[in-house]
Amino acid sequence: MDGMDDLNPLEQHDATPEPKPLDADIVCAGFGPATGGFLTTLTRWLGTEEGMAAQSRAFPGMPPQVICYERADDTSFGVSGVVTRARAFKASFPEFSPADVPMAARVTGERLAFLIDRTGAARAPWWMRAAGNAIQALGMATDSAFEVPYIPPFLHKGDGFIFSLGQLNQWVGQQVMMSGLAQIWPASPVAEAIVEDGTVKGLVLAGDGTEVRSELTVIGDGPVGAVSRRLDEELGMPDGHRRDEWAVGMKFVVDLPESCTLAEGTVFHTIGFPEPEIFGFFYVHPGRVASVGIFVPSWFESPVRTAYRYLQHYIQHPYLWKHLKGGRLRSWGAKSILESGRHGEPYLCGDGFARIGEGSGSTNVLTGSGVDEAWLTGVQLAEAVIHLYKQNLPFTKANLQATYETRRRSSWLEEEGKVAERARSGFQSGLFAGFMGMALAGFTGGKLSWPRPKEDKRPATLEQFYRTRLSPDRVRALRAKCEADGTALHDALMDAAGWPGIEHDGELLVTHQDALLMGGKVQAPSDAPDHVVIREPELCHDCENRLCIEICSGEALRPGEAGVPAFDHEKCVHCGACMWNCTREIAPGVSNIAFCAGPGGLHSAEN
Amino acid sequence: MPYQIVVCGGLAPDPLQTLEPVPGPAAPALKNEMMLPGVLDPWASHALYEAAHLAKQHSGSTVKLVSLAPKAKLQQVLMTIAQKVPFELVALDGPNNGFSDANETGKALGEAIAKLNLPKENLLVFGGWESATRGSGVVMQVIAEHLGIADVFLAVDEIKIEDGGSFTVKERVEGGKHMVSRCAAPPAVLAWATGNLPEPPNHPQTGMANMRVIMPSLQKAAPTAVGSGMAFASASLPKQVRETRIVKDTPAAEIAREIAEWLKQ
Repeated sequence: MDGMDDLNPLEQHDATPEPKPLDADIVCAGFGPATGGFLTTLTRWLGTEEGMAAQSRAFPGMPPQVICYERADDTSFGVSGVVTRARAFKASFPEFSPADVPMAARVTGERLAFLIDRTGAARAPWWMRAAGNAIQALGMATDSAFEVPYIPPFLHKGDGFIFSLGQLNQWVGQQVMMSGLAQIWPASPVAEAIVEDGTVKGLVLAGDGTEVRSELTVIGDGPVGAVSRRLDEELGMPDGHRRDEWAVGMKFVVDLPESCTLAEGTVFHTIGFPEPEIFGFFYVHPGRVASVGIFVPSWFESPVRTAYRYLQHYIQHPYLWKHLKGGRLRSWGAKSILESGRHGEPYLCGDGFARIGEGSGSTNVLTGSGVDEAWLTGVQLAEAVIHLYKQNLPFTKANLQATYETRRRSSWLEEEGKVAERARSGFQSGLFAGFMGMALAGFTGGKLSWPRPKEDKRPATLEQFYRTRLSPDRVRALRAKCEADGTALHDALMDAAGWPGIEHDGELLVTHQDALLMGGKVQAPSDAPDHVVIREPELCHDCENRLCIEICSGEALRPGEAGVPAFDHEKCVHCGACMWNCTREIAPGVSNIAFCAGPGGLHSAEN
Repeated sequence: MPYQIVVCGGLAPDPLQTLEPVPGPAAPALKNEMMLPGVLDPWASHALYEAAHLAKQHSGSTVKLVSLAPKAKLQQVLMTIAQKVPFELVALDGPNNGFSDANETGKALGEAIAKLNLPKENLLVFGGWESATRGSGVVMQVIAEHLGIADVFLAVDEIKIEDGGSFTVKERVEGGKHMVSRCAAPPAVLAWATGNLPEPPNHPQTGMANMRVIMPSLQKAAPTAVGSGMAFASASLPKQVRETRIVKDTPAAEIAREIAEWLKQ
């Protein structure tokens, strides 16, 4: 490393060195499944006789210096509801046993259930209500749910695993680190890439502005990562590509009650409740622990997008509650999911950089799978890098396209990504079109799909959305009261619209604030600057929906002065939902909320 | 005068985790212990920051962190700690769940320090006065006894080096007061309370430099057993009632009044 001799801990004791550039051969932004796949594959090769012959280009005579910087305070602080066929993962670990990773299990049973709304508060379309009533009348429902007897093959995860993403990351990270051939530094948010003359030359760390210069920069910082988004702003997107479909995924990790008899490895996929647009999941880990969660999509018309309150209703549906009642919340988390898939794929590589993982558009929205796809992109990039090292070729755009991008284009990732590309377009027209579109794409291998309307669905105004339940005057009164109280609107509106109140039991049903501490385990250094910044506050003055506040997973955004949301970074779980829910733009495609790199966030290793 | 400062510090579960004792084959253990994220024990962290601060003021001084913890977990935690201050690592691979024997822990740490063969005339041994795992409050005294160091200070908040090599130490005593002692010269054992220094921010360069000695030390960490002499009748979590309310800028007196009201109920 640059100046390493000066920094030998045996000889120097300057605890506050001036930031000066570090050098490396390969530097990675973000440690998740994609970077895990990349570093696993690369370090394995570097440990072989052939790999040991490879020389660092930054430090001739040394092995290639590989460094990864992760924003979260620990490599185990990831969030995802992971049930995966794990095809790429199994190829990397052919002898893998779920016993190797805490909370991992083989999928032993899989059910798809249509949950019927018994509260009467959900805004289901007439045909869905009619279907629910018919199912009930015909005695086909159990616990107000209909188990669909057939699961389409594209949804199946039957030969796969259930994981805790945090535990999987931790397991992978420990192996990479113990190889001694790569370093993974947590608590190190990365602000942006160094771009000089169109070439990416490394990364700038957010903490003290240290530049880490490298020949190859690997960007795997996820869908809301600061490096990815800054690079998109710099390079733009390929023609016809855009990132306009998102979801908030929120989950509880629950200690199941003694009475629960579900076998480990059980998987439920659900539709229909708490709102027809909100899909849900329930996975049983070993040791009587379950992950249960929902996805709140960007095409959900409601301006009341509170995933937390909806998740509390979801788990109380009779079909799930019979397993969960008496359980205890262990952990809680949320993240943004980029659901644009291949349609949201950015430039995958350029001079000096390559992009992998969810932020590179690898998530498959038809199969509902992203972790294994992300892993595969990392493996493919590592194979490309190994090839280039063997050939002693530089990491130019042309070389990376010929190796990494070509591998990606000729793999099942691309093939299945094309099938899924337009699978969810129908949801922009409505629920029926959405489900039909998924079926069309899934059963025809993507040949047919529901056409996407010229204009995407936009969130309704509060008055429009609640027009059949609440008068505009009532909505305005509630809005004024919540503004005065400094609280979000969603609870008041949902209460008024007929959703039953949540009876907190202090164990599983707890307030959102309690969840931040006993389940979400949120922590941030108090002296860190705000990483959520309203770019032009005056644009917020006449924004009436303020989706950023309603969807905030940590109640970190609250009504502030003159209509400008107030941000408390000590509560932020870094899900990034505020950014894509902001209804104001300062330029086409540029949100009025800047979501920057910052430390802190969730401190749970179980999500 | 340059000092040889040895800091003893183990790991503790990240303070925000859900902890649950479960019966183990020989002693209780924490449920899913290996999956819990860890931190350097907070008391030991203060000791490490104070050690680095002292070393910075006295050219030629060195800081060694002697840590008894599961090797893989220690390596993971050190990726954060190594970015804070410069130090060398002496790793012992052993349990760190709060159910180990304090005497055996002290003995193992003492032996590891003795093996370093550091000159006693400038040796300062730092550690935490307490532990976030299951503080017995005696490990540092056991280490002192093992090393034959007579000057032991507990609940230390400050060390001030004076001209001529003597130093004063502030120890916490009852009633929110400090007791100030003067020590003629090292060696001494200081078990720290919180000290006065904030947690240093991360410095990537410091981390990179530390890593050069951390990885080799981890690779040669010797397995160390420290729980064989203990028998536990039972282990359970304290009963707790949680009622969270997050407020900002509330005066301390108001918080105290509310707590007093709550206690009266």
